Amino acid sequence: MSISIEGFSATRRLVLQGAGAVALFGFGALAARPALAAANDPYPEAAFKQKADRDAIQALYGRTADASDKVKLDAPEIAENGAVVPISVTTTLENVTSISFFVSGNPNALAASYAIPEGTLPAVSNRLKMQQTSNVIAIVEAGGKLYSATKEVKVTVGGCGG
Amino acid sequence: MRFVLAPVLAPVLALISAALAAGVIAQAAPAPDKPDPAADAKAFRNYFVTKFPGVKLEDFVNGPYSMNEDMRKQWVEKEEFPPYDFALDAGKEMFAKPFKNGKTYADCFENGGIGVRQNFPYFDAQKGEVVTLELAINRCREANGEAPLSYVKDDMASLTAYMAYTSRGKPLDIKIPDDPRALAAYENGKRYFYTRRGQLNFSCASCHVLSPGQRLRAEILAPALGILNAMPIYRSEWAGMGTISRRFITCNSQTRAVPEEAQSEDYRDLEYYLSYVSNGLPVSGPGARP
Amino acid sequence: MASTIRVRAIANGDTTEVQALIQHPMDSGFVKDAQGAVIPAHFIQQLTFEHNGKTVFTADWGPAVAKDPYVKFGFKGASKGDELKVSWVDNKGASDSITATIQ
Repeated sequence: MSISIEGFSATRRLVLQGAGAVALFGFGALAARPALAAANDPYPEAAFKQKADRDAIQALYGRTADASDKVKLDAPEIAENGAVVPISVTTTLENVTSISFFVSGNPNALAASYAIPEGTLPAVSNRLKMQQTSNVIAIVEAGGKLYSATKEVKVTVGGCGG
Repeated sequence: MRFVLAPVLAPVLALISAALAAGVIAQAAPAPDKPDPAADAKAFRNYFVTKFPGVKLEDFVNGPYSMNEDMRKQWVEKEEFPPYDFALDAGKEMFAKPFKNGKTYADCFENGGIGVRQNFPYFDAQKGEVVTLELAINRCREANGEAPLSYVKDDMASLTAYMAYTSRGKPLDIKIPDDPRALAAYENGKRYFYTRRGQLNFSCASCHVLSPGQRLRAEILAPALGILNAMPIYRSEWAGMGTISRRFITCNSQTRAVPEEAQSEDYRDLEYYLSYVSNGLPVSGPGARP
Repeated sequence: MASTIRVRAIANGDTTEVQALIQHPMDSGFVKDAQGAVIPAHFIQQLTFEHNGKTVFTADWGPAVAKDPYVKFGFKGASKGDELKVSWVDNKGASDSITATIQ
């Protein structure tokens, strides 16, 4: 029972930015969110292939993020094991449409990206792999803009032979 | 503090040092030919409770997570939906499935095998040896015409995970009958625990009695008190489940000592000793560890 | 065969908290086996949660998501007794889905 995924030519966010963003601000009566894609949204293959976090963010969203203290990133000081690092994000920003996680020191920086439709809380907890000590960057797309929070997480070799 | 002593004296002196360090002065240290497990257990518990006044007694079973706040947070988060969940479900299914001859594991254990984990290991007076849960499971299988399981992971880990889960919260209740063979097994386990071995010249005590809460490279060392209560465990390092057998073997190899066979006499006696001195602490298995 | 997806969805007032744990190797394609051969990449790419025919959460995952992946989120507008459909597709085209009842 397999589902086929449509073409990966363009990411949803790039398409939205080009077509929808400008039109948004004139329509106060409608939901102040970009039109949200349906369940079988194209998988952002290109973004996952980027190495550097900056390039991955650009590929996924088409713009850069501003650091914001309204994005709260929760990650350990020292990962107990780089294979399973619990990381979560919450934010007080409104009109959040997307939350993504990047691990700068991984071979490909983009780890996970989540679509937040209207009615879904702007908070995600997940468990990521980290190859080495590096920054974890959380990006929150809210009201068409990008906000970020960064934290360094130390990753070490296990002591008992690890 | 260095123990540069002959093997016979080392365990006794280690115990005296530990007892003295814990302020237990009144009792005379047990002489080698008259073991006093009850006094040992009391001194053992006292040592850790004194060393870590901020740790609740039942929390010691959480190993490194009772010792370090940053690690504890990660563990609490993982326990919300723990990685051993799949093994637990598999174990429950396996436990209920009859053998080819129609019998089940329930036929081999008291109370149908439910809520009995806290009684293992026990001393089998007929066979004159220590029987662990893992050993009992394989003996059950063999008695019913089934092939034994590997002791270290997979099905054995799933089954022991399920059986431990049915005893979660129950205090460990290991018994040492008034039988010189049982006492000898207990003493052998204690000897093994305190004896240095291998290239790194570590004994179990070097890390788990002298240095709990400290780092061995990147690991936070667990206290020996209650160290088996969470078994079997899902270790991130293994990306899977492992049993008490697995951990004894891998710990020996990782400290560059020659590991014994799973369920060897020394390992079973070691499990007997470690479990007895942790009596009263709750079974918390299955567990998750780094 | 038992589902690879375990879901817990609990309604708390008008917010439903959802946790999912999925059995999947999430092989990155960077790891070699004991013989030195690369273990091919094998990971979930998309995970979708639907309530009343509406998508309430989508995860786009890469191989940097941990093995036996876990995710937690919350959404409004559902009640106890409602159904939540969870489905995933991986890079090999395999998939699985489950429908859970909100507690």
